[in-house]
Amino acid sequence: MSTPPIYQSTNLPKTLSAAWRSFRIATWLGWQIESNWTDPILFAIYSMLKPLASAAILVVMYGVITNGQFENPIFPYIYLGNAFYIYVGAVMTGVSWAVIDDREHYRTLKYIYVAPIRLPAYWLGRGVARFLTGSFAVLITLAAGVLFLHVPFHPARVDWPLFLLSLMLGVVMLALMGLVLASISLMIAHHFFLIGEAVAGALYLLSGAIFPLEVLPPWLRPLGFAMPITYWLELLRRSLLGDLARGFPTLSGFSNGQLLGILAGLSVLFGLLAAVTYRLCDHQAREKGLIDQTTNY
Amino acid sequence: MSADLAIETHNLGRIYTIRNRRERRIRKEVVALRDVNLQIPRGELFGLLGPNGAGKTTLIKILTTLLAPTTGWARVAGFDVVREPQKIRPRINMVSGGEASGYGLLTVRENLWMFAQFYGLPSREANRRIEELLRRIGLADRIHTKSSDLSTGLRQKMNIVRGFLTDPEILFLDEPTLGLDVNAARDVRRFIREWLDAHPDRTVLLTTHYMVEADELCDRVAIISQGRVLACDSPEALKRRLQRDALFDIEITAPNGLTSAMLEALPGVRKAVLTDDDGGARLNLILAADSALPGVIHVLTERAVQVRHLTKREPTLEDVFVELVGRPLAEEEGSDEQ
Ligand SMILES: Nc1ncnc2c1ncn2[C@@H]1O[C@H](COP(=O)(O)OP(=O)(O)OP(=O)(O)O)[C@@H](O)[C@H]1O
Ligand SMILES: [Mg+2]
Repeated sequence: MSTPPIYQSTNLPKTLSAAWRSFRIATWLGWQIESNWTDPILFAIYSMLKPLASAAILVVMYGVITNGQFENPIFPYIYLGNAFYIYVGAVMTGVSWAVIDDREHYRTLKYIYVAPIRLPAYWLGRGVARFLTGSFAVLITLAAGVLFLHVPFHPARVDWPLFLLSLMLGVVMLALMGLVLASISLMIAHHFFLIGEAVAGALYLLSGAIFPLEVLPPWLRPLGFAMPITYWLELLRRSLLGDLARGFPTLSGFSNGQLLGILAGLSVLFGLLAAVTYRLCDHQAREKGLIDQTTNY
Repeated sequence: MSADLAIETHNLGRIYTIRNRRERRIRKEVVALRDVNLQIPRGELFGLLGPNGAGKTTLIKILTTLLAPTTGWARVAGFDVVREPQKIRPRINMVSGGEASGYGLLTVRENLWMFAQFYGLPSREANRRIEELLRRIGLADRIHTKSSDLSTGLRQKMNIVRGFLTDPEILFLDEPTLGLDVNAARDVRRFIREWLDAHPDRTVLLTTHYMVEADELCDRVAIISQGRVLACDSPEALKRRLQRDALFDIEITAPNGLTSAMLEALPGVRKAVLTDDDGGARLNLILAADSALPGVIHVLTERAVQVRHLTKREPTLEDVFVELVGRPLAEEEGSDEQ
């Protein structure tokens, strides 16, 4: 009885086509689920009201605290940070939620798991729909800011290449963080089902979304500096606001190129983390028989 | 290892560790499978017959790469389930009965199409197969129904089609007829048989706790109880084991304290099963020879138990099961630990 050779996926084109297939179909499925509103008008209104309501809360709070200093450059700084932060919850939840949804709700996780697909690619695909609805929410929030709250926006002064590059890199980075959470979800019970939103909420205060990191107690600051989201938000603000955004102390010592480098570096790091977490959690889940374990809540 | 084996296991075992929720230090171990050795050649319809909790689902989970074994090894289509799951997955599929899985917001066709896509099946071919399989299983008129609008039984039929759709080399069916009514169960059994007739090189492993299913459908059956395979042979060969025995069914009046242990203590009584019947009781006997019968009748009359009806009959798979497991399968029904 000879031991079988350890399987290695040397056939790259085959692996890639399996990954692409998984991504493509998961995207289709994710969109079917996300848009499964019996009334599209209700869906549109809901998608608009939710981001606007949370932006309104922020604006009111800012107004009360600062006595209505909406002309202060801190205001667009906060407003943009909050608007783009929508992506954090949307992308991370979109990617990681599929695990729980498939396992607990549709009871299909085991069938998907035993299919010849690439699970991470499948999860990324499932996140696309949330990314799209999230983009819509971001756009609505930005438009409201520019139209009603004097958030400065001059299309000619925007550094579009920097903006698009940062946006893309950031979404990839968030998707990779989502993969880490998806892998963890493979192993944990349902009560962490909103793990994406929970982590997004926890990082909200640590990523300089609504105030500079200097406000944080010194022992928390390193965590903020380790988060790629911090650099990503700074890049987005700089590309949209130009020098106005550079005025803030936290990252003013860094050039745009340096920030991009840090963001790319941290994204690669999160990519590696996602790969390692996936392997470990997949292995553990198979050892413990968690793939098809439902909690019947 | 033989190239002709679809499934091969060697001393396969699985232990579940259950942690106490409050005190994490307290652990309980459940042995779900122990030392399972199976060799299933290609082209066979192999049945796993066993009571609740016997380990049938656990074995299927290991073979479909959902669960890692604790000891031993298993190969499916020639590949190791632990080390080469990626090579196994394109070649297999599985369906579990008794659960309502699927994307309720998609139609039957969309659900099936999507899973076919996961296996890289071209869209056109997928649609052709979907229509054909739905027609064969009697679900063609529901192709455009949202799967959430299907009854549980029809949803199960959809899932069964999902399993066959990808034309797997090896198909795992975990209690495919669980919860189906008599007609639907018959449809499904016929569907499985027809598919195998049309694809003679395909292998099906199915679990069941319905005797008829194992008897009618399977080429070979393994009887499994408490994680162990007690016997593995064709239904005919299993029954032939009891051919030399004498099987009697006796209807009696109230047993008056009679127990099966008392009867089994008699010489020549291999097995005695006593079940309550309305007003009286039913006694199923496996005797080494007819000559043991007078001893049994003697004990009955001693206790003033009257014989209402007595039949001698040919052995069934159920008898084999009782002989091996020590109790009838029906008794287990509903006594699931969960
Ligand atoms: N995830 C789990 N954790 C702990 N114990 C488990 C788990 N799954 C199964 N078991 C136990 O392992 C044993 C075998 O279970 P299994 O589900 O394989 O039986 P089965 O033959 O499929 O039964 P059934 O006919 O009820 O489906 C049972 O004692 C069961 O309680
Ligand atoms: Mg079972």
